Amino acid sequence: MQLGQLQFIDYAILAIYVIFVLGIGFALKRSMKNSADFFMSGRAIPAWITGLAFMSANLGALELVGMTACGAKYGIATSHFYWVGAIPAMVFLAIFMMPFYYGSKARSVPEYLKLRFDERTRCLNSISFAVMTVFASGISMHCLAQLLDQLLGWNYHISLWICSAVVLVYVLKGGLTSAIYTEVLQFFMIVLGFAPVVYLGMKDVGGWDVLKTQLTVVAQDPGAVGLSAPAAGHVFSDNAWTSAWQPLMQGALNNPMGVDLFAMVFGLGFVLSFGYWCTNFLVVQRAMAARNMTAARRTPLIAAVPKMILPILVILPGMLAVALATMGKGYSLPAKQIEVTEKVLVAMEEAGKMKPEQGVEQISKALKAKLDEAKTEAIINKFAAKSGFDKGELQKQLQGAVVEKDFNNVILSLVTRYCPSGMLGLALTALLASFMSGMAGNVTAFNTVWTYDLYQAYMAPNKSDAHYMWMGRVITVVGILLSIACAYFAKNYDNAMDVIQLVFGFVNAPLFATFLLGMFWSGTTATGAFVGLLGGITTSALFHGMTMAEGKGGWLPIHLYDKFPSTMAQNFWLASFAFISCFVLTLGISLVTQRTKNDEDLKGLVYSLTPKLQDQGGPWILRPAVLGTILLVACAALNYIFW
Amino acid sequence: MLDLRLPMGLMFSLVGTMLTIYGLCTWGGDQYVKSLGININLWWGLTLLAFGLAMLGLARWAAAAEKDK
Repeated sequence: MQLGQLQFIDYAILAIYVIFVLGIGFALKRSMKNSADFFMSGRAIPAWITGLAFMSANLGALELVGMTACGAKYGIATSHFYWVGAIPAMVFLAIFMMPFYYGSKARSVPEYLKLRFDERTRCLNSISFAVMTVFASGISMHCLAQLLDQLLGWNYHISLWICSAVVLVYVLKGGLTSAIYTEVLQFFMIVLGFAPVVYLGMKDVGGWDVLKTQLTVVAQDPGAVGLSAPAAGHVFSDNAWTSAWQPLMQGALNNPMGVDLFAMVFGLGFVLSFGYWCTNFLVVQRAMAARNMTAARRTPLIAAVPKMILPILVILPGMLAVALATMGKGYSLPAKQIEVTEKVLVAMEEAGKMKPEQGVEQISKALKAKLDEAKTEAIINKFAAKSGFDKGELQKQLQGAVVEKDFNNVILSLVTRYCPSGMLGLALTALLASFMSGMAGNVTAFNTVWTYDLYQAYMAPNKSDAHYMWMGRVITVVGILLSIACAYFAKNYDNAMDVIQLVFGFVNAPLFATFLLGMFWSGTTATGAFVGLLGGITTSALFHGMTMAEGKGGWLPIHLYDKFPSTMAQNFWLASFAFISCFVLTLGISLVTQRTKNDEDLKGLVYSLTPKLQDQGGPWILRPAVLGTILLVACAALNYIFW
Repeated sequence: MLDLRLPMGLMFSLVGTMLTIYGLCTWGGDQYVKSLGININLWWGLTLLAFGLAMLGLARWAAAAEKDK
């Protein structure tokens, strides 16, 4: 897929954005006086900014691209990632957990674990978090550079280094505040850059009712537009793409996600969602930078408002794309991009000497994409006859034979379809902005955890504040360089990257059980928490090794269950098991081990030992509990409307 | 500390103005077949401009309120 030629106006918009983010960095430099300014924005940011940054830190480009892909693949049920998998957890964080994060002396989530338990839990959490952020920012930058290469033909290495350099400069100058400011800027860029695309898509399809009718057509034969068909012997009901809950109630085999109700509600809605929103320092750090307790508690609540309506921007386009593909308007879902490598050329030559089906299979394997048999056979015959053919021509012809879809390109295929120069520059800049702010977010969380939880805690305690500030700057540079290294790693070892992400999934799955018991039961002991967490991580690994879904997992000799219809279901169940085992182990071990901290130590860290918080000032309607209730009611209403 | 609304307002006003002017210059051009016959640059440029100016207005208002204190 090609985005088409960029005009002067497109480059100008891109340039203006870069100039402004750098300008913000330089303007904030004066406010960076000590390490608290650099790592925690001096705890002086108003709630509307931390709120938008809280949501935006999660709305990276990968989210935008991935959720649109899911919108196409699964339809409206994708909004469960928002209405079930985010809003309740955000409200819980605001009302119950924020007082402990903000009210205790902790400067980071791992530091809270140290105050509540001991160094072991903190060490485990901070190291895994630090490594994870570096990988996350590396993957994000790799995707950006790859996208610019594919769409615009820009050089991979130059894009990677220049974008990283821009992020480096503004984070070095303005620290966390820079990252938070650009996240908010990015949020508005995404909304204002993609809203016209959604509007035009909706107009093109012909409105909501036509969309629903067309999606019924899709549900009857998903294979026709290149979606994966339901398991043998099953048919999706007509509302599989247009109802959020009904297909889910009919069991895992009868909805395109392949997920059952329990996995969705408990696995995603409770374990994964609360684990992410309530314990991930990347997002919690934004709330901790708020100017006072009230602002900190309002942060996730303010974030919940745009989060709730975001599906219009990120899921609807995917649904529109699928509907369009059925309407004969000259649009089909984007095919997977292939690259003709040496391996493919060898396969081509060998294919000429084989039976046709085998030849097609050989090439399909070398290209890592499903091919149309008849077309590929024709290509083999054409090229086998010639000696020394044109590689570019072959690439073009083979690309035409690819039937496998790349759903990650859905959003860009819509941008290409609807955006003339000008709007194109705006949408492209929005995308670039979200990739860069994703990197900045990860790097600022990384440098804080490194400096406070690893460097100050274990390597160089009792140094001057200026020294830690210096360390923060140094580690920012190191963090960016490590991210670039990870980007190259991702470029070269695609599969290794999947394994790494999987391992982090194991580590994160049980985490919420530790926090839940730690914050709400004073009897939780340090040993109980640490061993419970390790047990939870082991459970996730074992679970993955002993179950299979879509050919993934099952790397242990003993298999317990191989019938998960989708990796998503496997993942949700894995999290559920990890959580339960961590919970039970922590509880059990805490009952038989001695507490090392007395009630006085745990004041401000555990719910029952902390004096009730009095909300200062403001009308009653703005109290966190009231706001939270309103949000939950609104969220329930949305679920009901799209039932 | 720098009020974020200031740079944000400036940036969107600037981009909005550019898109509006570009939309006027390319009025009736072939490229708008893509956007279903709507001069999306002009209309969306004006929207961005309005958003940018609103942000600038809020920033000024906040600064004035700060001064009164």
